[in-house]
Amino acid sequence: MENTSHLWSYLPIVAMAVIALGFVVTTMVATHYLGPRRKSAVKDDPFECGIEVKGNARTPFSIKYFLVAILFVLFDVEVIFMYPWAVNFKSLGLFGLLEMFSFMALMIVGLIYIIRRGALKWE
Amino acid sequence: MLTEYAFWFLTFVAIFSAMGMILSKNPVYSVLSLIVTFFAIAGHYFLLNAQFLAAVHIIVYAGAIMVLFLYVIMMLNLNKVDEEKRSIWSKAAAAASFGILLLVVSAAIGHGHAQSELQSVADTSAIGTTETLGLSLYKEFLIPFEISSVLFLAAMVGAVYLSKKEQYN
Repeated sequence: MENTSHLWSYLPIVAMAVIALGFVVTTMVATHYLGPRRKSAVKDDPFECGIEVKGNARTPFSIKYFLVAILFVLFDVEVIFMYPWAVNFKSLGLFGLLEMFSFMALMIVGLIYIIRRGALKWE
Repeated sequence: MLTEYAFWFLTFVAIFSAMGMILSKNPVYSVLSLIVTFFAIAGHYFLLNAQFLAAVHIIVYAGAIMVLFLYVIMMLNLNKVDEEKRSIWSKAAAAASFGILLLVVSAAIGHGHAQSELQSVADTSAIGTTETLGLSLYKEFLIPFEISSVLFLAAMVGAVYLSKKEQYN
């Protein structure tokens, strides 16, 4: 079957995933069984680099974090549109370049609007 | 044969992680199970020779959209939920009705697929690659691509507008 011949080329990726996952699982399991069992209220708190823990993670937070996440999604999809264009850069020629420039021009207008409105300002 | 093993492995991972997402009481555990489901579905896309779609699936879904899910969980203050007690009859009724719906939908899709003729393409091995998809996207589907940039602009403006504080004059 011709269909399986291209699957073997993914073997390095699968091997890397197996090794990464296997390392994490092995170290977590091994330390769980090798170390002594000590539980206390202080040791079970989430680790915050030494700062005292105040409440659970559901306290109200500033909207700017959420805004950064949403804008990241939009610009991430813009970069994804650029991947097939970059692969075919030569065969799409000058017209392809102008197409992508017009696409990016609109996204840059959006970016200018965002910056001028101060949405990314980190007081 | 490798295709079959990969298919069955990915199917089991997808189904079990999807069930873990539904049945978990902790919403963050549900999000982690959903990420595993997305990786399994991306593996299915690889098997179907849609490599670019698999990579985009992982980047956008497991990378960006799951972050938004977690933000929503934080905002809505969702913790470990105490499930209200429902009778066994209401659960059975829900399972039966959605099972019938699944049967009808899969019968409709299967029936439609058998009717359509298989179009013979000259070389199907390169149909899902980034190169082929790029050539098709920027030549044949140029107008939807440009219109999508307008959609992104609208999304940016909307997101910024909805998140600004109101000015009290």
